[in-house]
Amino acid sequence: MDLRDTAEEAAFRSELRSWIEENLPEELHGHRGGAARFEGPEMRAWSRALHDAGYAGLTWPTEYGGTGASYTHQAILLEEMARAEAPPHVGVIGLGMAGPTIMAHGTEEQKARYLEPILSAEEIWCQGFSEPSAGSDLAGVRTSARQENGHFVVDGQKVWSSFAHLASFCILLTRSDPESTRHAGLTYLIVDMHAPGVEVRPLTQITGEAEFNEIFFDKVEVPAENLLGEVGGGWQVAMTTLLHERGTLGFALQAALEVQVRKLASLARDRGADPLQRDRIAREWIEMQAVRFTNYRSLSKLVKTGRPGPEGSISKLVWSEANQRVTKLALELLGPDAALSEENAPYGGYWQHQQLRSRGNTIEAGTSEVLRNIVAERVLGLPKSR
Amino acid sequence: MDFTFTPEQDALREQARAFLSANPEPSWQELAELGWTGVSIAEEDGGAGLTFVEEGVLFEELGRALYRGPYFSTVALTLPALPADLRTEVAAGDASWTLAFGPLVPDLDLADRVAIVGGDGIYELEGAEREVLATSDVTRSLGVVRGGDPGRRLADAGVLEEIRNRSLAALALEACGVARRALEYAIEHAQTREQFGRPIGVYQAVSHPLADAYTRLELARSLSLWAAWCVAEVDAQAPVAAAAAKAFAAEAAVQVCETAIQVHGGIGFTWEHVLHRLYKRALWIESFAASSTTLRAEVAASLLDATGAGSGVDQTPVSLTQGG
Repeated sequence: MDLRDTAEEAAFRSELRSWIEENLPEELHGHRGGAARFEGPEMRAWSRALHDAGYAGLTWPTEYGGTGASYTHQAILLEEMARAEAPPHVGVIGLGMAGPTIMAHGTEEQKARYLEPILSAEEIWCQGFSEPSAGSDLAGVRTSARQENGHFVVDGQKVWSSFAHLASFCILLTRSDPESTRHAGLTYLIVDMHAPGVEVRPLTQITGEAEFNEIFFDKVEVPAENLLGEVGGGWQVAMTTLLHERGTLGFALQAALEVQVRKLASLARDRGADPLQRDRIAREWIEMQAVRFTNYRSLSKLVKTGRPGPEGSISKLVWSEANQRVTKLALELLGPDAALSEENAPYGGYWQHQQLRSRGNTIEAGTSEVLRNIVAERVLGLPKSR
Repeated sequence: MDFTFTPEQDALREQARAFLSANPEPSWQELAELGWTGVSIAEEDGGAGLTFVEEGVLFEELGRALYRGPYFSTVALTLPALPADLRTEVAAGDASWTLAFGPLVPDLDLADRVAIVGGDGIYELEGAEREVLATSDVTRSLGVVRGGDPGRRLADAGVLEEIRNRSLAALALEACGVARRALEYAIEHAQTREQFGRPIGVYQAVSHPLADAYTRLELARSLSLWAAWCVAEVDAQAPVAAAAAKAFAAEAAVQVCETAIQVHGGIGFTWEHVLHRLYKRALWIESFAASSTTLRAEVAASLLDATGAGSGVDQTPVSLTQGG
């Protein structure tokens, strides 16, 4: 047990820190994130710069254009990016979900075609999993993929798809066997978002922004070579994607929470806090540290054994609820000014926006209810509730 | 960065669990024979020359087993104040100690000798009358000392910070052990107890509080191990880490025990079941040394007040106005 960086980790961290300082454009500092804010060319340029410096796809194998670095380096990268309040690489879905899924299940042709442009931010990806009637119960997917004349014909609707309005490709979970139910008969496809019959409609959310989209598919022709895995084997491929969604998140979330708690402390120093509020601020700082060291425990096991520790499965659950409390506490510290918004509010409406956005945290990427089921069933070994 | 235990530390935990399960009430001499009383005592003084991380492994297991004996009072509370010759006695199992730093003194019925904080130093207390008081947790006593005279001067008051950090971290780890045991009972009960024709663990009204209990426990454990490492390394963050760990872990242990009692239904409320003893230890830990509220006030001071800076907490200003 040694919680300090090794000499090699410390060197990586300090090199990275200076690189961010020299290369992060002033206008991107403090970027709030959210897909709607990823549109500008400066975000692509920033992502490209991250790739050129070897920081995109840090843990990807070198044969696919990655750096082949350890998960510890990835954790350091996420921590330092968050602390510098630097926006992430624009290819969030490609880097975290589509890319790892293609590496695990794709053909050599698919790997050669799709991986490099994810890293260089030339192509952005979105995810087409959830549907109006298949949310937490993903096995209820109805979007159909009919095999016809050597290609698939896709019809249906997907929802809650971040980046769809910017994306070149979609990882799409479809039902290829109309007679099938639940986990059988699903097929995983790569769909060109510019193909005829694909329509993207933005969904305006509680903050007034549109980060998510609906995607409509009307007789969209998808070439047979865009099949990922096997026809009927889509569920297994989808599980790889979700494993990566939840697996790589923890450090980015903790680091973002650390910045949020530091801002909360600055706010309290700036505007004052009574003893009850100070107690709650201390609680949030302590819980943020607890998430940090829980991630470290899980990461250390991953590095040593190739499998993350079970305690890592609680990161997203704890972070989401903590971020909701922290942002609400900040509004309390603002007093009556909390009801103001945008430029009329203190600090440009930062906390008002963050508080509303945080309500999505316990829903997106696995609802808290689903995550508690996962802990109960897979970690504690309780009987399945379904 | 490596936040895993070494194979030796894992082996120590296995040994401790097996031993305490076979010998629920070991004598001080038996603990000395296992090498537990001298874990962090230097080899030249008869100890094992290890660190507080190894002692932390033992505190967690001793908490889990609801061990009744003067290990906490000797190793966490008094050891930093003892000169080399007295440490040798502790390592050999010839003496156990407790420390009177507040009005209520733990383990007065079991500790051989008593140290007392007075003025600028810590002294051995000689010839005092000891009175053991009734406590809810019958596995760890509290008492008062009356009269007596300060004897040998053991250490300067400067050692009190180390004593504080060790004690808070040790209590946090004990709390994790207590919570772990309570959670194990609750999981086993939810897997096997059937109502309405199914094991009660299938109901989310039961399983989700257990998932939350696990979550609180793992967070507590992460903080407690961080605190133990900081104490072992004399890290600048040791005071705030120890305060954070004890504040969180004590509350977590109380909550986990309460969830376990609720999940057990009526049987969890009986004197016959072990849960109330775990619960009472958790409550003892929460009340001893400093409450979670008091400790959070310290953490808040280090975060928010200029006078609190220098405690290892990063107070670097951040931008309050964000673009984007």
